[in-house]
This record gives sequence, C-alpha cells and structure tokens, in this order.
Amino acid sequence: MDVGQMQRQWIDYTKSLFLEGFLDGQFLQLQQLQDENNPDFVVEVVSLFFEDSERLLKDLTFAIDQNGVDFKKVDAHVHQLKGSSSSIGAQRVKNCCIAFRNFCEEQNTDACLRCLQQVKQEYCLVKNKLETLFRLEQQIVAAGGSIPTELSFSG
Amino acid sequence: MNLGSGKGSTSSSPLKTGDVVSDQFPAGLRVMVVDDDPTCLRILERMLRACLYEVTKCKRAEVALSLLRENKNGFDIVLSDVHMPDMDGFKLLEHIGLEMDLPVIMMSADDGKSVVMKGVTHGACDYLIKPVRIEALKNIWQHVIRKRKNGLKDAEQSGSVEEGDRLLKGCDDGDYSSSVNEGKGSKKRRDEEEEGDERDDSSTLKKPRVVWSVELHQQFMASVNQLGIDKAVPKKILELMNVPGLTRENVASHLQKYRLYLRRLSGVSLQQGNLTNSFISSQEATFGATSINGIDLQTLSVAGQLPAQSLAKLQAAALGRTTAKAGVSMPLSDQKNLFSFESPRLRFAEGSLHHLSNSKPMNLLHGIPTNMEPKQLVTLHQSTQTLGNLNMRVSTPAAQNNPLLMQMAQSQPRGQILSENADSHATRFPSSLVQPIVPNSISNGVLGNRITGSSNITSAYNTVPQNSSLLSFPINQTNEMPVGNFPLRSTPGITSIPTKAMFHEEGTSGITGPGGFVSSYDMFNELHHQKSHDWDLTSTGITYDSSQHANPLQGNIDVSPSVLVHQGFPCLQQSVQTRDSTSIGKPLFSTGEAIHQSNLQNVSQQHLNNLVDSSVRVKAETFPDPSSQINNLFSDQYGQEDLVTAFLKQQEGVGPSDHDLDFDGYSLDNIPV
Repeated sequence: MDVGQMQRQWIDYTKSLFLEGFLDGQFLQLQQLQDENNPDFVVEVVSLFFEDSERLLKDLTFAIDQNGVDFKKVDAHVHQLKGSSSSIGAQRVKNCCIAFRNFCEEQNTDACLRCLQQVKQEYCLVKNKLETLFRLEQQIVAAGGSIPTELSFSG
Repeated sequence: MNLGSGKGSTSSSPLKTGDVVSDQFPAGLRVMVVDDDPTCLRILERMLRACLYEVTKCKRAEVALSLLRENKNGFDIVLSDVHMPDMDGFKLLEHIGLEMDLPVIMMSADDGKSVVMKGVTHGACDYLIKPVRIEALKNIWQHVIRKRKNGLKDAEQSGSVEEGDRLLKGCDDGDYSSSVNEGKGSKKRRDEEEEGDERDDSSTLKKPRVVWSVELHQQFMASVNQLGIDKAVPKKILELMNVPGLTRENVASHLQKYRLYLRRLSGVSLQQGNLTNSFISSQEATFGATSINGIDLQTLSVAGQLPAQSLAKLQAAALGRTTAKAGVSMPLSDQKNLFSFESPRLRFAEGSLHHLSNSKPMNLLHGIPTNMEPKQLVTLHQSTQTLGNLNMRVSTPAAQNNPLLMQMAQSQPRGQILSENADSHATRFPSSLVQPIVPNSISNGVLGNRITGSSNITSAYNTVPQNSSLLSFPINQTNEMPVGNFPLRSTPGITSIPTKAMFHEEGTSGITGPGGFVSSYDMFNELHHQKSHDWDLTSTGITYDSSQHANPLQGNIDVSPSVLVHQGFPCLQQSVQTRDSTSIGKPLFSTGEAIHQSNLQNVSQQHLNNLVDSSVRVKAETFPDPSSQINNLFSDQYGQEDLVTAFLKQQEGVGPSDHDLDFDGYSLDNIPV
C-alpha cells in the first residue's frame, strides 16, 4: 500500500469511528492539539487514558464484588472514568458511565453489575479501534508520509 | 496579545498580586492546574500551553497548595478539578482564596446545578464543565484582570489605581471576544467610579456610619481568625479585610464589640452546656456563630446552648479551619443573623438541644481549629468534635428563647448558607442556615437522634449549595403550616427558603417543588432584610439537601431539617429526603414542618413535646416526594399541631400574618414557584 492509500484509509477509519459514535468532537480537539512540537500528543494522551481506565475498571470490579457495595466509592470511580473518557472523546464509554452513575445513585447492584460489563465492553472496543488507528499512523509515518491533519467529512 | 504600547514593563506595578504583567499578556500567564486524572491533566496542560500560558501541573491538591504557598506570587490563576481523592476541590478553593487570593476556576465532568452553585458560593471565578475545550481556556486571563482590578479598588491608592487602569486598559486587545470587551468597558467604568470614590473618601470628614453586614462581619471574622484572636489588631484586620471605605476606627470599634461578645460567650460554661441566650443583641447576633460545619451555631447559641461567644469561636474556628478567612465553611456570614434576634426563640432549641446531647453530636465544631481560645469555647477545642457536643451540653435553656428563631430571623442571605466555604463575602453563611441547624439538629436529635442531622448538618452545609431538596413548599397553600422554610428545591444551596412569604400562607409564590428554587437566594436576601421578624426563616433551605452528599441524613433527614429548625421550628422534622440531590424532592421545611421520616415521627413527637412547649410539633412524615410532601405538610396529615403553628403561637415577634405561622422572614412571594 502506498502512503496515499494508507492516508486515505486512515481518514476513512477515523471518520467511521466518529460516525459510529466511538469518538466525538473532543477527539478532534486532541488531534488539533497535535503539531510538530507535539507530534505524539494524541497517542500519549490516549495511552494515559488506557492506563487510567484499566486501573479504574479494576477498582470498580473490586468494589462491586464486595458484599456490601459502597456505592459512593463506585460512583466516584465511575465519575472519574466519565471524566477521562469524555476528555479524550470516548463517547460510548462516557455514555455508559452516565448510565452507570444513575444506577449507583439508585444503589441498584444488579444494574451496576450490568453497567460495569457494558463499560468494560465499550472500553475494549474503543481501545481496539484506537490501537488500530495508531498502527495505521505508524505505518504512514514509517512509509514517509504524514498523518492527515484535516478530517473533512465531506468526502 | 500585546497589551499595547504604553504598557511597557510592569515590574513596578503596584498590583496587589504583585505580579508583573508582561507586554505579551495574556501570554505568559502563570497557570497552576490541579487534577488527579492524568489524562485530563495532560490535555489541559497541552491546551494551556497552546494558549501560550506558563503551566504548572499538579496531580494532588496538597502539592499544589504547597507550591502555591512557597511561591505566593508565582502564579496568576489556578484551575482545579472538583473531585479529587486527597482534597476536595472546594476546600482547595477555600484555601487559595484565603491564603493567596488568586482567582480559581473549578472544573468537573459534573455539571449538576448544585455543584456549579457550590463553586459560585465558594468563590470560584468560573466553573468549566469537562471536557474542557481550548476555547474556554483562552479567556481565563480575564479573571486575573478582574481580580486585580478589584484588588486595586480596595487598595485605595491613587497610584495603584492608575497603574491598574493602565494595565486594564492595556488589555484592550481586539482579538478578544466580546465578553472581554464588555469586561473592559465595565472596568473602565469602575475605574472612574473608583477614582471618584477615593476622592470622596478622602474628602469627607464625616464618614457614613458603617453597617456591619453579615458579609462584612464575616470578612472581619476571617481576618481575625487568620491573625489569631490575640494578634488581631485593627490595623492588620483592616488590611486583611481590604474593604474600601472601611477605616481603622470602624474596625477598632467593631473589634471591641466583638471582644465583649466573646467575653460574654466565654462566661458561659460550655461544658455544661448551659448556654445562655445572650444573643439577643444584634451585636451579638453578628457575632453569632454561624453554623460551623453547617451547624447552626447560632441557633445553638440562641438556644442558649452555645454561648454567643462560643458560637463566634466556633465560627472563628470554622473560619480558622480553613486558615482563617471567611472562606471557611463556617456560616459565619450570617453571624449577624445569628444573634440578632431579639427574642431568642429557642423554644425548640432548648428542647432540641437536650436531645442533641443524645443524638450524635453535630459536627458543629468539626474541624474547628485549635486556634480558638480555650476559654472561649470549650467545645471549640474539640476540633473534631461535633458541635453536637456543644449543643448537647446545652441544657435546655430555660428560655424558651428561641434562639433558633432568632437565627431564623436573621435572614441571612441564603447564599451564605450555601456556601460555607464561599468566599467570605460571597457566601455568607446564612446564619439562618446555621441556626436551623441547631434546632434541627436538636430536633433531629430529638427525633431520635437523628443527628444524622449532625452529620447532615455538616454535610448539609457542604452540600448546601447542592441541596436541591429544598422544598418548595407550596406556600401557596393555605397552609396551615406556614412553612416558611421550605427549602426550595434544588436550589443550589438555598435550601431553606425561608422567605418571608414562606409563612404567609398567602400561598403565593410559595415554594414550589423542585425546580422552583433558584430564587431562593433572593429570598434569603429578602429574609435577611427582614430581620425584623424573628422568624427569619432564612436559609434554612440551604442546608437541606444534603442528599447528594455523602451524608444523607439518616433517616432521610437532610440537613435541611436542621435548617428548618433553625427557622425556629426546631422541631420541624424535616423530611429530608436524602435522596440525592438529583432528586428534587428534598423538601426542607424550615418551618416547623420537619417532615421526618417515619422513624422520626415517633421520636420527634416525643421530643417535640419536650422541646417545644408543645407548641411546635414536628410532623414526622416522610416525604416521598417533595411535592407530595408539601401537600402533606399542608394537608391534615399532620396529626399534630403544626409545628409552625405551634411555634408561631409562641412567637410573638413574628411578623404579622394571618397565619399561625407567621414567619415574616420569608415572603413567599420570593419563592420561585
């Protein structure tokens, strides 16, 4: 595949992520913040997100597994996950968190368990997607190309 | 982003912050960003750098605070997350406000109205909802300028004024958005006014009498606490207070009165809980201890449980807690209210106080700094002890003074209650809030020790702003229960709506159910002004609704109950719906209608009898729903005599109203329906 093709692929893939709701406008903001002075900004931030989320999900699993679920704690974790997922534009994860928080308020353990599963699922999905995207980027750069900076949705 | 040609170096700028404003302003703005989320932190840092600011990032609030302390003039503005594990963002906000007086912007993914309101009441310059966009960060410099401008105004120095003007005018940059331009315009206007004021100040020989408003007093208290009661000299206090137009003489005479007040307080033996109701005088009232930790110290004091001085101390403690400044969560703001009630209507307070002792102590003294003079409030030293202790001790003051009532009468601005921590000025802690707390707590206690109220109280305070549980009592209803203090729902912070109208059964605005509240603030203000009535059911609302907070009143009593009590209906059982603030329903009935969860009912009943001359009965009713509750309140479900009614009967100073519950303090009209 030549660079041009890869770049187009990257564009299409990115667009699809937006269209499918995995990512939202905030991700675009991140992309815009990336420049020659900060060439790996997006990857850096997303990696931080992955690290943080995995820790949070672990904590959440632990908290929910308890006999007496501390909903405040669970809520705090979910709130944090919501914050970080919204910061990078991981929309579906964020939406799951919102629903999750509602159930925390209601102290509905079963529903919370379900939400946790959902959040984990969404997280895995978006993680895969982003990793795929970054791999594409690496390939483009390795082939001497540059990552498109403008994502026009008109195409 | 050039300031303009004339600016040149501002190294000699007499700006209060002592910062040098460069020509490139706002480029180079020194920002401190605090967030425990590494992802957000990194993004913010990158965005701020993109705005050409100088960024320092901190994961932990403690670290940020120490950095700020080490380098007081090293930063221009602080951005902080609200939810942090090591320290609550609002607490950090308080600290910064008190110690460094830097503009602070809060951020959170939480966009709930109550949280945002909490930011406002705590003195945040702005509140950004996450995810933060870079556009929102581009204009944060305006807060720096604004703060400096205000600082200059206070300085009353023509030189600085000029500099300030130049600085401000220099910021005239066409690139800025219209909001900026508006700001500039207003700044210019202020400059002119400022200069005018200064001229006037210096030329008038006879200064107008200074009215020590609650706000002002809170500032005073904050300054005093910061300095330490022993070292508080008028000159230093004046400097700290930084209020334009205030003279050293004003401060000196106020300080003298305050000292007398404290002496009087210390005369009461706290240990025994024999608080005297010495808060009759308005002076004292001003010093009344607002509720510490949301506890209406005033009420306590009014109830005679807490000597006025103690209250003051508590307040001071509370103030001191946060390193002294009014920002402290103490609801000092309403100090005035606390004791300004002519006739302490502690009826409830007394009774409740007793009960309080039974109940878990309210954390009135929670966190009271040890800088309180020992002799002052014995209980104060119990820094970690809840006020409840104090209250507990309070033996039922003979009085039927209803200090609580008094407090209620102090319609302090509700806003204050809400923001315990709000900057001293902004959030006066409505003593009213505080007040009720005590009674409430009492009532809570009465109700079977629901001190949850105590915990609630504290939480209530904190959550005050978030308490949406204010009930919007349909005052409209003919209510026999003039529930004046129905906390307006969801009023951020204004839980108690003790508006004058509250008790007027005019049924006018009445408090409507959730959502009706926003104007609670106004109401409070109104109430505040209507101090004439003892029953200023002010702010009771604010404390309500702690539901959101972690310490929901057990038994679903929101703090509001305490607030309500404060209103003079100590026995009001507030059916605090511990629901989350999200739930609207937390009706906090400040007026005797403490609708308490059923469990309280029994207890409350008994207690009520004890507390009040049986005039006030708390109707323990659970409020499943605010609106329904309100209905309940007003319905005949209350088997017992309405507390309010009962209470009213006992009251004589209550404003004129046809209702039994004549809580003048609150005009229902103000209650947004």
